[in-house]
Amino acid sequence: MTTATNIEQAYEAPPRSEVGVLGWLKRNLFGSVIDSVLTIISVSLLVWLVPAFLNWAFTTANWASVTTNKIILMQGPYPQGETWRVFFSAGIVAIMAVISLFVYKTDNKRLRQTMTLVWVASPVVLWYILAGFENSALLPKVDYSRWGGLLLTFVLAIFGIIASFPLGVLLALGRRSDLPIIRWLSTAYIEMVRGVPLITVLFMAQVMLPLVLPADARVPGMFRAMVAMALFSAAYLAENVRGGLQAIPKGQSEAAEAIGLNKFQEMYLIIMPQALRTVIPPLVGQFIGLFKDTSLVAIVGLLDLLGIGKSILSQAGFLQAQKEVYLFIALIYFVFSFAMSSTSIRLEKKLGVGQR
Amino acid sequence: MFSKKLMLVLSVLLLIVLAACGGAPAVEEVQKVEEPAATEAAVEEAQVSETQEVKEEAPVVEVAEPSGSRLETVKARGKLICGGNANLAGFGVLADDGTFSGFDIDYCKAVAVAIFGVADDSTLEIRPLSASDRPIALQTNEIDVLIRNTTWTTSRDTEWSADFGPTTFYDGQGMMVLKSSGITDLQGLEGGSVCVQSGTTTELNLADQMSAAGVNYEPKVYPDAPTTLAAYQEGTCDGFTTDKSGLISQMQELENPDDHVILAVTMSKEPLGPAYAHGDNAWGDLVDWTVYCTIGAEELGITSENVEDIAGSSADPVVLRMLGGEGDLGTGLGVDNDFCVKVIKEVGNYEEIYNRNLGPDTPFNVPRGLNDLWTNGGLLYSPPFR
Repeated sequence: MTTATNIEQAYEAPPRSEVGVLGWLKRNLFGSVIDSVLTIISVSLLVWLVPAFLNWAFTTANWASVTTNKIILMQGPYPQGETWRVFFSAGIVAIMAVISLFVYKTDNKRLRQTMTLVWVASPVVLWYILAGFENSALLPKVDYSRWGGLLLTFVLAIFGIIASFPLGVLLALGRRSDLPIIRWLSTAYIEMVRGVPLITVLFMAQVMLPLVLPADARVPGMFRAMVAMALFSAAYLAENVRGGLQAIPKGQSEAAEAIGLNKFQEMYLIIMPQALRTVIPPLVGQFIGLFKDTSLVAIVGLLDLLGIGKSILSQAGFLQAQKEVYLFIALIYFVFSFAMSSTSIRLEKKLGVGQR
Repeated sequence: MFSKKLMLVLSVLLLIVLAACGGAPAVEEVQKVEEPAATEAAVEEAQVSETQEVKEEAPVVEVAEPSGSRLETVKARGKLICGGNANLAGFGVLADDGTFSGFDIDYCKAVAVAIFGVADDSTLEIRPLSASDRPIALQTNEIDVLIRNTTWTTSRDTEWSADFGPTTFYDGQGMMVLKSSGITDLQGLEGGSVCVQSGTTTELNLADQMSAAGVNYEPKVYPDAPTTLAAYQEGTCDGFTTDKSGLISQMQELENPDDHVILAVTMSKEPLGPAYAHGDNAWGDLVDWTVYCTIGAEELGITSENVEDIAGSSADPVVLRMLGGEGDLGTGLGVDNDFCVKVIKEVGNYEEIYNRNLGPDTPFNVPRGLNDLWTNGGLLYSPPFR
């Protein structure tokens, strides 16, 4: 007992300056002279900038530029009589997302597989809801040239992601193939695409492609941009995936061969799952990049979110609303990029990337 | 377990992709050819008025002549595809109701009305184009007619293999200064500075005009129109130059528009009008006479409100010929004989189109100037309908 009392006495409460708010401030903001100087500079900058920004945002800013144009920001020149289809599609995705939150936590394997199938099928279904059918009363055909705004941004990004992923995996495998022709072709493709900026690929797709296609083949500009973005992204993705493949020790494939798996099974069951898990962070980084790169199509005349922003700035009355419009667009890009990023971090935790 | 699911997803996606991009590889075969376009277009896209852009290098392409006239193609398709602009204030803008509007867009509508009698979603598609897309879109027949603030120049007439219709808007480069500076002409800028947008013909014209006038000045160059205007507003420069129509509209955006004045001097010629593929005269005739119909109607005082009355009651043979009550001018062009009645009814005469998009009731309030009838000292003149 005496010993215990002595020990308790030996541990006096730490000085007030080391715990609580003061302690946190001291440790994190005023730990050294340089820290203190940086803290003071940052705080003064914030004190200087934040009120000015808030003052602008709540008094000077003309947010009517954004609010009166919210529908075209969302869907561009898509016919406004058909706006419900865009809302409906967005609603379906939102509902699926909420259901997924619960489904993927359960242990019911069949339920989870069903959910995955629903996700896989959803882009096709949503596509038909948005594009419509010839001579349909409920879902009349909407010309692809009228897809715009955030809708077009998402169509480009989602198609780019789901198309470039398998293509990138194939290219990565091709580059590591033992068959020389496949290896050379894959390498040539990857290096050629990585050697040119995306904007030139988009220009080729928008400007040069019509010249090599037959005169009566009218490929909508949206399709050209979709294909260009997917093909471009695939080359970068292939290199990410190749990095994952190279991280898998040779022992894994030797073990697969030892238990009698053929080449396909080896890749499908042993190598790919491990390789892809390893490269989730760069893959998601690539997808976020792709999402933001869709804004380049505004330069080739498509009315994506940024293109609509530029059009709003030409409307009489909003000619000087650059700050409001571009800030709003930046905010939208941030929200979705951040959502992708946090989803990826959750996925990494679930799969234990870096833990094993 | 994870891997199986993943591979399932992967293989389904692969199927989708293979199904979706059958003809895809063509993109990469050609992608190394035309890189300068990127920078030029990036510069151009930043501008407010693309009448002033750097002359783009249009690839010269031989396109096979279509067998019939474009007019037959358009009629068979049931829809006119008009190359337009989505972001030039007053000329082509996407409005908040999701439709395109503007001076150029109204001429797209006029051509659609001339052919089909109405301009709606089913008969007219506006295809927004960037400055560098437009020659290709024209050459490859992707669009039927280009009405996108396009300046008529020799090289465009030849290298684009385009034909230009009647000029619908005469623009030209101007100069804005502070009223208090007392400057009245280019000589007044001696030793001063001028805010100008980089990479534009405006910048080149400025240099040409100033050296011709023997004026020493300092050009201050900015990447896009809003920055240029902001610099001028802050007093960085003595003068601000761009197209006159642009000057007039941007003047309204300055803090005190009344403190500024636009000099009388016009430093360049920028005739804007419709363009269509070279060598299709029947199609060109229709576009031309649709434009002349709007000008002729203004000359004769025919408006969207009175056109039907006049067509029904007028005894004037000049009016009757134009409106299709006499002769077969419309039929001769390959459309309904009363196409002009429909155009005026649906879109209006030149004055109505002008006032709707650029006139006193708009923030731009661009004076008619050269864009007035020849009888009022302008350049608009319709050949006779007979």
